[in-house]
Amino acid sequence: MDFLELLQVLDSSLRLAIPLLLACLAGLFSERAGIFDIGLEGKMLGAAMMAAAIAAITGNVWLGLLAGIFASVVLAGIHGLASITFRGDQLISGVAINFLAAGLTVVVAQDWFAQGGRTPSLDGAARFNPIELPFAIGPSDAAETGRRLNELIAEASPIQQVYSELISGHTLLVYLALLAVPLSWWVLYRTRFGLRLRAVGEAPEAVDTAGISVIRLRFVAVILCGVLCGIAGAYLSTALLGGFVKDMTAGRGFIALAALIFAKWRPWYALSATLLFGFLQAVVVRYQNVEVGNFTVPVQFMDALPYILTVVILAGFVGKAVPPRAGGQPYVKER
Amino acid sequence: MTMMKTLLGTAAALAVTAGAGLAEPALIFDLGGKFDKSFNEAAFNGAQKWADETGGTFLEIELTSEAQREQALRRFAEAGANPVITTGFAFATPVGEVAADYPDTKFINIDGWLPEVPANVQLISFQEHEGSYLVGMMAAMASESGTVGFVGGMDIPLIRHFGCGYAQGAKAVNPDITVVANMTGTTPAAWNDPVKGGEIAKAQMSQGADVIYAAAGGTGVGVLEAAADGDILSIGVDSNQNHLYPGKVLTSMLKRVDVAVYNSMKAGDAVETGGFTVLGLAEEGVGVAMDENNAALVSDEMKSAVDEARDKIIAGDLEVVAYYANDSCPVHEF
Repeated sequence: MDFLELLQVLDSSLRLAIPLLLACLAGLFSERAGIFDIGLEGKMLGAAMMAAAIAAITGNVWLGLLAGIFASVVLAGIHGLASITFRGDQLISGVAINFLAAGLTVVVAQDWFAQGGRTPSLDGAARFNPIELPFAIGPSDAAETGRRLNELIAEASPIQQVYSELISGHTLLVYLALLAVPLSWWVLYRTRFGLRLRAVGEAPEAVDTAGISVIRLRFVAVILCGVLCGIAGAYLSTALLGGFVKDMTAGRGFIALAALIFAKWRPWYALSATLLFGFLQAVVVRYQNVEVGNFTVPVQFMDALPYILTVVILAGFVGKAVPPRAGGQPYVKER
Repeated sequence: MTMMKTLLGTAAALAVTAGAGLAEPALIFDLGGKFDKSFNEAAFNGAQKWADETGGTFLEIELTSEAQREQALRRFAEAGANPVITTGFAFATPVGEVAADYPDTKFINIDGWLPEVPANVQLISFQEHEGSYLVGMMAAMASESGTVGFVGGMDIPLIRHFGCGYAQGAKAVNPDITVVANMTGTTPAAWNDPVKGGEIAKAQMSQGADVIYAAAGGTGVGVLEAAADGDILSIGVDSNQNHLYPGKVLTSMLKRVDVAVYNSMKAGDAVETGGFTVLGLAEEGVGVAMDENNAALVSDEMKSAVDEARDKIIAGDLEVVAYYANDSCPVHEF
C-alpha cells in the first residue's frame, strides 16, 4: 500500500464515517439525557426519504435538508411522547419507530413518485455537490488539462495530495458534521444547558429538586437527536447518493449505537469511534480479503469487526463503558 | 375430531379446485425488490407485458425476508396459482421442497439450480458469461486507462460467473488490461446497498478504472451514479439501464428475464417442466443493449467486434469458460 492508496482509503473512510458520526452524536444527546434511542436507524431513514423527495420536487437541496430534519424531528417527537410523557418502554418505542419508518418511507415514496418506493435521481442544485477548496486539485483542473484527476493527484507533492484527496472535495455536510463534534463537546461540558442535560441522565430527581423541568430537558434532548439524525439521513440521500432507495440506511443507525457505546458517551471519542468504523468499512470496500502474512482474513470477519469490537468493549477489556445512570427509566415525580 | 378433519379437508380441496379453474400465474420477487431497475424489474416487465396483451391478471409478492420464501410459495400454490414463477437462485431449494407437496402446480425458477429437478419444476438459467464477455470486450475497447472495474452484488458463484465472462472478454481485447473486481457483500442485503456500491465504484475509480460493470441488482444504481458523477463509463445489467444516465452508460448486459417470464405465463398450465432451460446468445436470452442513449459511445469498431464475437460464440468457434466449470476463473482470481 503506497501513500496515495492510504489517502484514498482514508478519504473513503471519512465519507462513510459521517452518517455514523451524526447519528452517534444524535444518540449521545438523547442517551445523555436518559432516553435510550434505538430508533436512530428509523429516523435517518425517514429523513433520507423526505430530504430526497422534497429536493426532487423543489429542485432545492436546502429545502430537502429542512424537510429531512422535520421528518426526523417528528419521529423523535413520537419517541419523546411515548417514552417521556407516557413513560413507555424506550426500547419498544425505538423499535416501533424503526418499523414505522421502514414501511412508511416506501409507501409515501411510491405514492408520490410511483417508482417502486424510490425517489427520482437528483442532480445539480437538488443535491449537495463536492466542494473544491482553494488551491486543491479537483475536477476543474482535470477538465482544464484534459487529464484524469487521479493522474494529476498522483503527480502532486504529498502535502498537496493530503489536501486535495483527503481534505478537499467533500460536501458541505461533511465539514458541518466535523464541526458538530467540538460544538457538541462545548454544549455538553461548557454550558449550563449541557450540565443540566447530563444531570438529567444521571440523577433526574436532583434536577427536579433544583426546580428544573425534567420533562422539558428530555424533550429538548430528543428533538436535538432528531435534528442530528435528520442531517445524517439527508447526507445519505442527497450528498453520498442522489436519491432515496428502500432501506438505504442499511443498519448504519445500529452501527452508530455500537459506536456510541464504544465512545463511552463522549463527543470526541464518538469521532474516533465512528472514524474507526468508517475505516473498517472502507477497507472492506477496497480490499475484499485482507492478507496478513500467509493468512487471509475473510471479508466476513472485517464486516463483523465493528460489532466484535463493541462486544470486546462491553466485556470490559478496553475499559469500562458506563451508560448514564438513569438511562432507560421514565422519570416519575415523587408525590 | 375426525369429522372436523374431513370437513376441513373437503373445504381445502374445494378451495384448491375452485382456484384451479381460473388459474392465475404468480410471480415472487427476490429480496432485491420488484423495482430494482434490474433483475426483478425485468421479471415484472415480462409479467406486465403478458397481462397487457392477454388482459389476464397475476398474483405477486415482494419478499422482505429470507423466512418468507417457503411461506409465499405455499400460499400461492394453495391459492391455486399456476404456474408459480420465482426469481433468484435462492429460491431453488425451497421450490424443490415445496413442489412435492403440490404435484398439480407448476413451479418455474429463474437462475436456480437443483441436482434433481422434480417433474413439476422447470429451472431457467441464462448464459450470463457469454453476454458479460461481450460487454467486457466493449469495456476494454472504451477504456483509456487500461483498467476496468467489476462490482458484484452478493458474493455467490452466479455473480463470479458474470465477472469471469467479463474479465475474459476484456482480456481478449487487451491481454494486459487490469480487471478490478469487488463484491458488495456476503448477505442478500448486498443486492440493495447503493451507498456501498457507490463507494466501491469510487474506490475502483481511484485505482484507475474508467469503465465499471455493475452486476449487483439495486446496488448497481449507486455504482452507475458514482460513475456518472466521476465522469467515467458504466455498464448496466439485466434490464436495459442505458437510460438511467444517458451518455454515461456504455451499454447494458441484457438478461431477458422478461422474455422468460412472459413465455412461462403465456404457456400457463401447459408450461414445460421437469428440466432445465438454458438461454444463451443464440436464443437471444442474453445480449448487449444498443439504443439512442449509448449510440454516441459505441464506435463502429466496437459494434463489429461484438457482432463477430457473438457469431463465433453461437457457432461454437469461441468458447467462453463458465465459472461453474471448475469453480474458478481462468483469467481472474476472485
